[in-house]
Amino acid sequence: MTQPLHFHPSEGFAARARAATADPALRKGFRGAMDFLQTKRQAQFTDAAELSDLRDLGAAIRRYSLSRLPELLQQLETNLVANGIHVHWAENADEANAIVIDIARRREAKLVIKGKSMVSEEVALNHALEGAGIEALESDMGEYIVQLAGEGPSHIIMPAIHKTKQQIAELFAAKVPGVTYTENVDELILIGRNVLRQKFAEADIGLSGVNFAVAETGTLCLLENEGNGRMCTTVPKVHIAITGIEKVVEKLEHVPPLFSLLTRSATGQAVTTYLNLISSPRKPGERDGPEEVHLILLDNGRTQAYNDEQLRATLQCIRCGACMNHCPVYARIGGHAYGTTYPGPIGAIVSPHLLGIGATHALATASTLCGACAEVCPVRIPIPELLIRLRNEAQSAADSGSELRGAGESRSVLVSMIFRAWALMYTHPMLYRIATWFMSRGRALTPTAQGAWTGIRTPLVPAPKRLRDLLAERNSRHE
Amino acid sequence: MSARERILQRLASAESRSPLPLPDVAAYYAAHQRNEDAAARLVRFRTAIAAAHAEVHDTDDAGWPALLCRIAIEKRLRSLLVGGDTADAGTLANQSQLPFALRSYDSAAPGWRNELFTAIDAGLTRAKSAIAETGSLVLWPDSREPRLMSLVPPVHFVLLDTRCIHADLHGAMTAEDWSSTLPTNALLISGPSKTADIQQTLAYGAHGPRELVVLLCHPTGAQS
Amino acid sequence: MDSPIQAVRRYPSKPADVYLFATCLVDQFAPDAGLDAVRLLEREGIRVHFPQAQTCCGQPAYTSGYPDEARAVAVAQMKLFPEPWPVIVPSGSCGAMMRHHYPKLFADDPAHLPVAEELAERVFELTEFLVHVVNFQRADRGDPYTVALHTSCHARREMNAHLTGHALLAGLDQVTVVRQVREEECCGFGGTFSLKHPSISEAMVTEKVESLRATGAERVLSADCGCLFNILGRAEYLDKVAACSKPSLPGEHIASFLWRRTGGGEQ
Repeated sequence: MTQPLHFHPSEGFAARARAATADPALRKGFRGAMDFLQTKRQAQFTDAAELSDLRDLGAAIRRYSLSRLPELLQQLETNLVANGIHVHWAENADEANAIVIDIARRREAKLVIKGKSMVSEEVALNHALEGAGIEALESDMGEYIVQLAGEGPSHIIMPAIHKTKQQIAELFAAKVPGVTYTENVDELILIGRNVLRQKFAEADIGLSGVNFAVAETGTLCLLENEGNGRMCTTVPKVHIAITGIEKVVEKLEHVPPLFSLLTRSATGQAVTTYLNLISSPRKPGERDGPEEVHLILLDNGRTQAYNDEQLRATLQCIRCGACMNHCPVYARIGGHAYGTTYPGPIGAIVSPHLLGIGATHALATASTLCGACAEVCPVRIPIPELLIRLRNEAQSAADSGSELRGAGESRSVLVSMIFRAWALMYTHPMLYRIATWFMSRGRALTPTAQGAWTGIRTPLVPAPKRLRDLLAERNSRHE
Repeated sequence: MSARERILQRLASAESRSPLPLPDVAAYYAAHQRNEDAAARLVRFRTAIAAAHAEVHDTDDAGWPALLCRIAIEKRLRSLLVGGDTADAGTLANQSQLPFALRSYDSAAPGWRNELFTAIDAGLTRAKSAIAETGSLVLWPDSREPRLMSLVPPVHFVLLDTRCIHADLHGAMTAEDWSSTLPTNALLISGPSKTADIQQTLAYGAHGPRELVVLLCHPTGAQS
Repeated sequence: MDSPIQAVRRYPSKPADVYLFATCLVDQFAPDAGLDAVRLLEREGIRVHFPQAQTCCGQPAYTSGYPDEARAVAVAQMKLFPEPWPVIVPSGSCGAMMRHHYPKLFADDPAHLPVAEELAERVFELTEFLVHVVNFQRADRGDPYTVALHTSCHARREMNAHLTGHALLAGLDQVTVVRQVREEECCGFGGTFSLKHPSISEAMVTEKVESLRATGAERVLSADCGCLFNILGRAEYLDKVAACSKPSLPGEHIASFLWRRTGGGEQ
């Protein structure tokens, strides 16, 4: 039910994309959702100068934080520990899952209730917990819906964006005991609320993600609208937070600009209903809150991106999802077609570090490089440039010295020969002139089947005379 | 070597990693500051939180208990959770003929969690301050007003002293020196709990309160 | 490091001479558009020089992840513009390649970087040049007509050509510009993307054709031949499938339209 680890998203990508584009309901659903989210974001940023300044500040904070990442992680750890929060480090998914399972076993936990955490999806935590005989239950409404359906999220902010209310109504009627079919959204939410309230009270462990971790105060910041994140981090006796190592900022005052950029870019909200700042477990005398708080810091390929000066920008991401909300490719194929935890443009630049560039090269090419993503990215990640770089790495020559996992695995001898021949022709004007002369004079012989182009378009036919011929004729007439 | 050491070592040895200058966050907020007085700031706060589906009422230190009772009757609330040993709880306890049962947060009582989750209609807490820009209430729950008071009951009443409204979150953090005084849990609340996870349709009361009622306490005599 | 989106630039005064970098698509597939661009410039009293050795800006290799091949082709072009004249490109995408990406391609090549940077400073997209440098003011000589404009993504986001394209059309009194829904969205061309991911490209270009047809425009214009061939090729294909003899969506390069509307060909 959860996505298996060591997945190879490039395999079958074309087939999944074809199936998605041929599914009218999916197309209509995503189109509507993307239009809605784009309009809402636009309404939040009516002052272009303010937006530009805020993005500059957001980008500067993220770049600054990354420039001091090892120092800030150590400062964060020191302050969290001083506050009574346990800190764990995991190099990969297995280590992260083992840490959670260890804590769960020590606490004899049977039920882990989860707030929204993409990192927990990334490591397939639910799958690992199931294997250890521990129930993992999603409590974010969207995540609860996709978990009930046996699916994964198709969007990092709106996990059930691919589902219609009719589908959700059917799902609840089939899977939630005692529920009769209703398409009324308020009633559907009430059903989820009632089921999950019971579970919050029963759960042994609450698990959450982290939006920002503040080094100077040892504070975990969580944003949410529903209140399930607060439930998960307050009601059970143990709270485990899991996050990527890149989420640290140095100062508390770095949070307000990033918080503002995140909520406005993601769903076009001025603010989320809750901003939850957690700095310690329950203190003596306090009457609620967890007795134990843990933070798991996950690498899982992030240090590979970090090691490269250009690709390091990938780690600036604050996971708002604006790039997918504005991506014309994501709008056509939806999140599941990508086959990765993180879909869309951000997924295409993050996933190569998690899964290897060989396994994910198709995602880097699944972009027209239109730049809509970079135009809205609140922290100014130059996504198209990173995609171009990853395309290069995927097919780099054996002697390129690339340090990326899976580099060169997708190299095609034929394609590299085509580009070598292309460069030869376009660097030798005489060759170019002769070749294009033959193409225009022999235009009647132009093939009518031009691969994928003519599958859906009329063929491209060279003009009878090239521009250079027309200009030469004109000059000779003038002389 | 541990995972921690290996990760830190990889980061520290990354190519061309020169520290960048510390961004000047204060300068950004100074440059984008609004020239507004307290009255304008209050209007901005009220507009923003009302837009987020909160109910806002004007009152003062003497008038809020009566207002609260009136609203409670309208909403047919049968029980109200108040803090332990707070001045606000004391004020309410001294009222004659409350239209609801007054319940204080009693986590030691048997069956408390069940009662909290199923039997209490509303909670009352005091906000530490508020933020005009986003219509946000600042709550620092403590032993007297624990965290779940503002989360579990379906209706949440918040008392806010109108003199404690900051322009934005950065202003609140700076003026109140959060970075050296943060409690176990600090919160911003900007409306009732909500979700749009089903086909982008907004629904309130996802997991937390369905209704957020803000009682604006103006300085006594100032309210027109 | 930032993408050059919305970058503001300084414009020179109107020069006596310019270079034309026609692009490989215009040279081979749309020479009339190139010729009309030359005529538009010449009518403004500008001598247009066409270096015969020009081929392609190198973008196909660059975006496909073959930077060495792209650099080789770029170097061959960079030699062709020795005089300090502006280089006019009748394609926002190729123009953006030369203006914004050449300096990045040669960032680690001190021998070529200064040349790339110097050239980048004087590369202009055609409509950008007509508006900001030429101050194009020719009167409309045609009958009432409606058009829609599709601006390529690179032209829009890296050259602001959507603004200059619309500004030029707004100067034509008898021409009504109708706006398609999601005007700013990509048409699905993306160079090799259209070949590598045909089903996604099809979904995108089909919606683009539908939105353009829905405007009722008599003609679609663009300053980029890649997008134009994609959109028109799809529209023609759909016409064929529907056995429709009259083209449902004719189109052409904005240079040809401008030239004709402002009296070109009448002399």
